[in-house]
Amino acid sequence: MSEAAAQTATADTRQTGRLALIAEFWAYFSENRGAVYGLCFFVFICLVAIFAGFIAPHGPYEQFRDALLKPPVFQDGGEWRFLLGTDAVGRDVLSRIIFGSRYSLFVGCVVVSVALVAGILVGLIAGFVGGWVDTLIMRVMDIILAFPSLLLALALVAILGPSLTNAMIAIAIVQQPHYVRLTRASVMGEKHRDYVTAAKVAGVRPLRLMFVTILPNCLAPLIVQAALSFSNAILDAAALGFLGMGAQPPIPEWGTMLAEAREFILRAWWVVTIPGVAILLTVLAINLMGDGLRDALDPKLKRS
Amino acid sequence: MSGDIVLEAKDLARYYPVYRGAFAKPVELKALDGASFTLERRKTLAVVGESGCGKSTLARLVTMIEPPTRGELKITGIEIAAGGAKAMRQLRSKVQIVFQNPYGSLNPRQRIGAALEEPLLVNTKLSASERRERARAMMASVGLRKEHYERYPHMFSGGQRQRIAIARALMLDPEILVLDEPVSALDVSIQAQVLNLLHDMQERMNLAYMFISHDLSVVRHIADEVMVMYLGRPVEHGPRDKIFANPQHPYTRALLSATPVADPTHKKERIVLKGELPSPISPPTGCPFHPRCPLAFERCSIEEPKLKPSRGVLVSCHAVEEGRTGGAAVDGAIVEGAASQ
Repeated sequence: MSEAAAQTATADTRQTGRLALIAEFWAYFSENRGAVYGLCFFVFICLVAIFAGFIAPHGPYEQFRDALLKPPVFQDGGEWRFLLGTDAVGRDVLSRIIFGSRYSLFVGCVVVSVALVAGILVGLIAGFVGGWVDTLIMRVMDIILAFPSLLLALALVAILGPSLTNAMIAIAIVQQPHYVRLTRASVMGEKHRDYVTAAKVAGVRPLRLMFVTILPNCLAPLIVQAALSFSNAILDAAALGFLGMGAQPPIPEWGTMLAEAREFILRAWWVVTIPGVAILLTVLAINLMGDGLRDALDPKLKRS
Repeated sequence: MSGDIVLEAKDLARYYPVYRGAFAKPVELKALDGASFTLERRKTLAVVGESGCGKSTLARLVTMIEPPTRGELKITGIEIAAGGAKAMRQLRSKVQIVFQNPYGSLNPRQRIGAALEEPLLVNTKLSASERRERARAMMASVGLRKEHYERYPHMFSGGQRQRIAIARALMLDPEILVLDEPVSALDVSIQAQVLNLLHDMQERMNLAYMFISHDLSVVRHIADEVMVMYLGRPVEHGPRDKIFANPQHPYTRALLSATPVADPTHKKERIVLKGELPSPISPPTGCPFHPRCPLAFERCSIEEPKLKPSRGVLVSCHAVEEGRTGGAAVDGAIVEGAASQ
């Protein structure tokens, strides 16, 4: 074996383990400026949501009867007490936005995890088992995809009853076919690879084959899809809230805030604009981050 | 001697249905059509033939990845179709496989240690530390070092990956190792290392090898017996020396004449076959080789030849059987080519 030892000796300078993978990933990710800005803003939103109780100048439900529809501080008549003004019942808009970020992130996390877990399970079964099971599952998914997503979510909430929980369930159901399709496609690509056959020959049972052998190799596109649909979930939740089918007043959910302020759109622009800008910036940041994630994880775009 | 036979295949065949349109009746593709052979402990059977001749299908049947359409397969004297699922699992661990492409045969998200321990994890009740110990011992015996245990496959070269694949195949202490072109994706210098490793492991673990290859120089180096296949059927089967010294079937001759010889003064007389490999969906009548055969005569297109003993090997050819083998010039050229290698 001496020649083998000589041959292996040359290959030792490379880094080992997960750390090297993460370093490589970061190198690709940080090349994309927008993605880094997106990540920074997303981290900022997360921190705001976590420490909302300390940051917010007032409570989200606290009313100041002496200051109804006060404009933001940079406009004439603005007060330093209310940096971004107050709404029609005298609640501080900034505080409500800060507390509202909790709902948006919560909706995003719950919807994405529910849709991801369900989608991966169903997609794995469809791709791995194949045959009529696959056909049946994919046709059902096609039917769900054939509806405009917001319309289907709206119909589901109408059946389940309007509340934030039901809105999340509805959005998760609407989003989950995307994960099913992605998982199925990757599983079908992977399951005929030699390493899967080798595991089969070694006696690995189907369940372990699905979850331990195949699934980790299908995760890259799913991570990207999860990041991108996080923003979709926030947007859909806001839309449902705006239509009165999501979070119910007085919850400071951004979409619901928009709906409440609709009638003051001409008199007090800030009550409508500020929640809208909050939604816009958050969704944009997450989309930029998702794009960077896709570029960094896609082996076809790598140059090495 | 019969106790050394670890695998017996009789008339193995595998047909695949080919669907042509939604309403047309599926057609049968005869990937493998009747192969019989035995594998012995410490012996190597080489299966050679061009692409599409059924070599890899044979490997998939022997490793029980797919069931045969016809024929029987006995492993260590036990018929595989007879046993239940449990017997099947046990037999499965007796036959392991090493694939051609070492870049596709290792799970990219699995550390080498985990890859080697996985067969033990799913088949035995060994504790984690025992598994670890065995994996490390196996790594040492295939020439990998201790620190490779924690690494991922993308950190290894092709030759090292093939060592890992061999180590993984040997973890369950199999009787038979199917080698599906194990060195054809490697550099020539690495090929020799891997072949030597395979040779060592065969001696050490009493393995029977089924070595699938299209590289005749490698086959000459490693095989004890050679089986030449054409369009899903064995056409010549016998000891290595006899086949290389005196190839009888016209297809074997053509194959051997195509092997490069490292001798600039050597005058090569190539036998160039006409035409292409016919489609296995509609094989020619009679002998499947007759449209390309230089020795073909009327009988070949009508009657399918059987494997019959001829000068110490089994040959399926009417021309050989009737002594119609072509001029001495052809014979001499090949013998000379074989001798000078």
